[in-house]
Amino acid sequence: MRGGISFVLGALALAALQASVAAGESMTIPKQVTAGSAFSIQTTGSGPAVLYVAGPGQALSRNVQMGEPASFASGALHQAGHYLAVLVKGSSPVADGSFDVVPANQPAKLSFLAKPSRLPVGLRNGISGSVYVFDAYGNLITTPLPVSFALSTPSGAVQKRVVTTQNGAASTQMDSGAKEGAAKFIAQAGAATSTRVIEQVPGDPCTLQMSVQPSGQQLSVQTAPVRDCSGNAVPDGTIVSFTEKYNGIQSTVDVPIKRGVAQVEMPARPGATISVASGVVAGNEIRWEGGR
Amino acid sequence: MNKGGAVLAAAIFVATAAFVAIGTLHPVASADYFARGRTLLRPSSTPEAAVENLGSEIRLEQWQKAYSSLGNKAEFTENEFVHDLTGYYPSLRTYATVNSVEAHPLHATADTAEVQLILHWSTVVGGFVDTRDLHLVRNGDRWAVDWPLVKRQHVPPQVIPVNYLRWDVIYRGPGDDWGAQDVEAPHVRIVDMHPENRAEGVFVLGELLNEDVVPAFVSVRATLLGKSGATIASEGSFDMIRHTLLPKQVTPFLIRFPNADLSKVTSIRMDPLSVLVPASADPVIEVQNQKYNPAPGASLTGDLVNESGQTVNIAHVLTAFYDKTGQVIWVGGQYVDRALLPQTPVPFEIHVPEDLARRVSGERTITATYGLGDSM
Repeated sequence: MRGGISFVLGALALAALQASVAAGESMTIPKQVTAGSAFSIQTTGSGPAVLYVAGPGQALSRNVQMGEPASFASGALHQAGHYLAVLVKGSSPVADGSFDVVPANQPAKLSFLAKPSRLPVGLRNGISGSVYVFDAYGNLITTPLPVSFALSTPSGAVQKRVVTTQNGAASTQMDSGAKEGAAKFIAQAGAATSTRVIEQVPGDPCTLQMSVQPSGQQLSVQTAPVRDCSGNAVPDGTIVSFTEKYNGIQSTVDVPIKRGVAQVEMPARPGATISVASGVVAGNEIRWEGGR
Repeated sequence: MNKGGAVLAAAIFVATAAFVAIGTLHPVASADYFARGRTLLRPSSTPEAAVENLGSEIRLEQWQKAYSSLGNKAEFTENEFVHDLTGYYPSLRTYATVNSVEAHPLHATADTAEVQLILHWSTVVGGFVDTRDLHLVRNGDRWAVDWPLVKRQHVPPQVIPVNYLRWDVIYRGPGDDWGAQDVEAPHVRIVDMHPENRAEGVFVLGELLNEDVVPAFVSVRATLLGKSGATIASEGSFDMIRHTLLPKQVTPFLIRFPNADLSKVTSIRMDPLSVLVPASADPVIEVQNQKYNPAPGASLTGDLVNESGQTVNIAHVLTAFYDKTGQVIWVGGQYVDRALLPQTPVPFEIHVPEDLARRVSGERTITATYGLGDSM
């Protein structure tokens, strides 16, 4: 639709161009306007006319007295792009021209993509962050700008990077820390900041140790507190598999960790072998000799 | 009407009258049954006939007639008899129907007999077999069945404190900025995969691990690719997988490609799917007394024990069988037809193909459970 308007305006302008130049009717257009800033277009000649301005996001019209400037207040033209201006007197275009509206160089808003939102501790380059920088009117700022990234891990350590934007975007990669918990990932460009939270979770269990105690006719089998290789407690709900083998008979039970340990009751059979595993990590094996 | 048409009409009329007369005088048993409410059953003059009659009544869900025919009906009520067959608690039996009945004589004297009754039940997830060894007593010229009632299992009144873990999920909202974070999908990994060429087709088996710290709804899809990279077939694991995987839990899976030929397959593309879902760590099901019974008739038997306080209505047992190198060579499954009451063992049996039975060196069993109100 906007393209159609521009085409019609352009065609009219071309048709009337020679006549208007002969009559001394013209306008002076700035080559570049910052989005959202006030600007004016100077006209020459006399009599009333209408100034049309059309671009990718907006179309404006102003009644002007030729010979006087046509003023546009702050915020009147805020969408970046290439605009066409046509001055129409009566029903004929008398002058035309084009200009660019460019984004303001002050970052006002960041679109910050941080992935993943959850990852295991101790992962090199496991966190990626990408930032798109926008001005106050939501125009992508394509001129190079420095963006600083900072990842604050639960241990207190901070990783920092400064990356210059290319075509309005900047990205970086960070390592996850050694301690579980929420890490703050902050991107900043000028006065604009955006924060994401990265959940650092424990890795696979590192050493899985269990012990066995008789409990009536049963055996109470319990793991030591289950931790990953960085010493973080493996979260409750993680499945631990216990297997008891006796005389070719096997009993298996998958139990979730509760309060840091996994615990189960299994049949007490002298000579039975009990093993423990979680995911692909195997723990110790105990041969139950009837309490001896 | 021309002459030919009149002759044809007369012939049809005469033929119809003749068929009606024949049908009335010599009706087939099933037509007679539906027309006049007569029974299809033959007199219970032999032990086999008595058991077949009982089986037919059960198949037709004629509970009153079946109960009335029993010799030991004074020992239990009709309601107990019905629930013995259809389940005391909602279970797979509740949604099953008897498809066919077999009666096999075991032993007989002049006044008593032993006959095996095999009820073939069918359900939406496949069939199961109910075998009862029946004792029969002669009463005049008729034989009456003493029904071996499986008594209702009672869990003593008690309070079981449950402090199980539960995961709830809050997803990003529709009004959030497009760069805003959403909860990460669980990370899952196929830790073992093995194609098996069999007479029925190609089977892709393996194991899937949830290596994350959150629960996952998982599924696996396999695509067989031919020499030119063209897709031969693509299938999912359907119910031969435990769909809800808790953190660090491993499930076996089996994907069937009926009528496919492994020699025509150059590669297999595996697509594990995982979605973050709310889940509960309860119920915990212990698999007790697993015993591998070698060929012939190789099977894995054991008992399921529900260690939680809630009744599990339907349980699906899945077993991965391994060879000496630890590779999965078969995945078997069985739906348990009765509900799992707290602390009450329920047996299961999973059969292993005879040609693979010799290679089995170990196994691992897990259980998928469904309760009333759960999404299935």
